[in-house]
Amino acid sequence: MNILVCVKQVPDMESKFKINAAGTWYDITDLAWRMNEYDEYAVEQAVRLKEQLGDADLTVISIGPAKVTETIKKALAMGCDRGVHIVDEAVAGREPYEIASAIAAFAAGKEFAVIFTGMQSQDRGSAQVGVLLGEMLSLPSVTTIVDFAYADGTAVVKRELEGGIKARIKVAVPALFTCQLGLNTVRYPTLPNIMKAKKKELLAVPMAELLSVEPRQETVKISFPEKKGSGLILEGDPAELADKLIRILKDKTGVLA
Amino acid sequence: MKALLIAEYRDGKLLDSVYELIAFAEQMGAESSLFLVGSGEALPGFNGDLYLADIARHGEFNPEVHKELILGVAKQLQPGLVVFSHSSYGWDLAPRVAFGLKAAQISEVVAVVDGVPVVPVCNGKMRREVKAKTELRVMTLQAGAFGLPEIPATAPQVIPIDTSLSGRISFDGYEEAEKGGVDLSKAEIIVSAGRGIGKPENVAIIRDLAKALGGEYGASRPVVDAEWVEHNRQVGTTGQSVSPKLYVACGISGAIQHLAGMKRSEFVVAINTDKDAPIGEIADVLVVADLKQFVPVLTEKLQK
Ligand SMILES: Cc1cc2nc3c(=O)[nH]c(=O)nc-3n(C[C@H](O)[C@H](O)[C@H](O)COP(=O)(O)OP(=O)(O)OC[C@H]3O[C@@H](n4cnc5c(N)ncnc54)[C@H](O)[C@@H]3O)c2cc1C
Ligand SMILES: Nc1ncnc2c1ncn2[C@@H]1O[C@H](COP(=O)(O)O)[C@@H](O)[C@H]1O
Repeated sequence: MNILVCVKQVPDMESKFKINAAGTWYDITDLAWRMNEYDEYAVEQAVRLKEQLGDADLTVISIGPAKVTETIKKALAMGCDRGVHIVDEAVAGREPYEIASAIAAFAAGKEFAVIFTGMQSQDRGSAQVGVLLGEMLSLPSVTTIVDFAYADGTAVVKRELEGGIKARIKVAVPALFTCQLGLNTVRYPTLPNIMKAKKKELLAVPMAELLSVEPRQETVKISFPEKKGSGLILEGDPAELADKLIRILKDKTGVLA
Repeated sequence: MKALLIAEYRDGKLLDSVYELIAFAEQMGAESSLFLVGSGEALPGFNGDLYLADIARHGEFNPEVHKELILGVAKQLQPGLVVFSHSSYGWDLAPRVAFGLKAAQISEVVAVVDGVPVVPVCNGKMRREVKAKTELRVMTLQAGAFGLPEIPATAPQVIPIDTSLSGRISFDGYEEAEKGGVDLSKAEIIVSAGRGIGKPENVAIIRDLAKALGGEYGASRPVVDAEWVEHNRQVGTTGQSVSPKLYVACGISGAIQHLAGMKRSEFVVAINTDKDAPIGEIADVLVVADLKQFVPVLTEKLQK
């Protein structure tokens, strides 16, 4: 069985963000990058499925500049068999329809029976690429899964809904799944596996070879939200801060007698 | 401009989020029609057309079939805007419909500036104004972003719709959230642990502060996913909704899904090393500090 998992490289969300010169995205220099959190669960689930089946070939794919190979290598160290890097220096300006189209162009004809993506990317957060990819490949897709089991050509999964309620879903493969936080417990790559990953195939494909659609939307402006200003910011020595906070709680809330 | 608004049923009930869609369409100056897979027994108050597909026949969760039904209505109505809630139903269905309509989808709209939708970036740290290049736009709206309209007492004009498609995805019912344990919704004081606590041993720091304040402790989702704290203490859209007199968020960034569960708290204190963390947007007091140093000091002073 061929399995595909899509991963995006995103900045650490605790970074100090700046806005780029064009004012259309965050400045991508001087940031620490990592695998999109939702995609870590997708990779883990893909590796577990491969381990369950034994006879399976697991491809990890990512679109982005040269440094996304680090993220692909992490997925290889977690247990993916081969990596595909769609080389695109301009990925920051791409919209979900373009990303999904490029992945679909790569995946077409390769008979992936199961495709995993994250439910959303942490930076753009559109929650579109997975479902669009499913549509483009005419596959049924199930979003926001928090449980996955596979047997005899059928996946039995749980989708998470508001309030923590879950919907039980059954679907025959080929199918696509978008992964929610907490789907599984993500493994850490071991040192031997990191070494092994270095020898795995990592194919580079230029974005131009796969992208044949025009964008359907564009960012006109990115900005920081206006500080609403009502909140008080306290900084300084912990002991002094604690005294200040206790005084505020006594004055402003009824909870400290 | 015509807008088609996609209402939702959950567990046999109409969701109130339909009114947020109506409020949004009013703000956009659009002429609205509703779409619902539901039953004639529970319909929203609405002055206009409602395209109604029978839930008994088409199912509550059946995205391929619901997509087909919406495409059918869109063909007839020719809307300029198709609007969903950014909910588990909406974010699942919207891209399918956008693809079918060859339209741009703008996800999780939180505001509209001069007709241009605004969406969050990086967990709400930044915002982006997005212009569609297609005439028809599909949007999903962040819960709570657009308020509620005046709800008319009138029933909508029902237009029945149908499809023979059955779809490849089968829905086998719901599983309730794990219950039992603590009911945070009644707590007057809640101290919550976020990923910023760093390791499971530090849950104790949070629990001690909660005890010193005479309250309960809660957690954000990653702390629960990592099994450092049990699920029935999770605060947020997929956990509990709370409204205490005092909420103390320790090492919690303030993602929308967390805020949704605690923003009705009367007084919010955030303890975070990142001065720009989005939790600062709603906190009455943001203490910029390492919780591992600050919280034990605070607890000790409170115990005196
Ligand atoms: C459909 C859906 C439903 C969801 N439902 C929920 C839900 O119900 N509840 C929920 O909480 N989340 C939910 N989430 C997840 C949500 O989007 C966020 O990922 C999550 O809330 C982040 O948790 P956090 O703030 O603890 O972690 P992070 O976002 O990682 O933030 C950690 C914070 O700790 C700070 N920090 C780090 N070290 C320290 C230190 N030493 N001292 C002080 N501060 C420190 C950092 O600056 C940062 O702000 C949901 C997501 C989705 C997509
Ligand atoms: N540049 C990319 N390369 C590979 N996969 C991606 C990329 N962008 C998004 N994805 C996948 O699509 C999912 C949803 O992303 P989004 O629609 O941006 O929220 C992510 O979790 C990834 O699995």
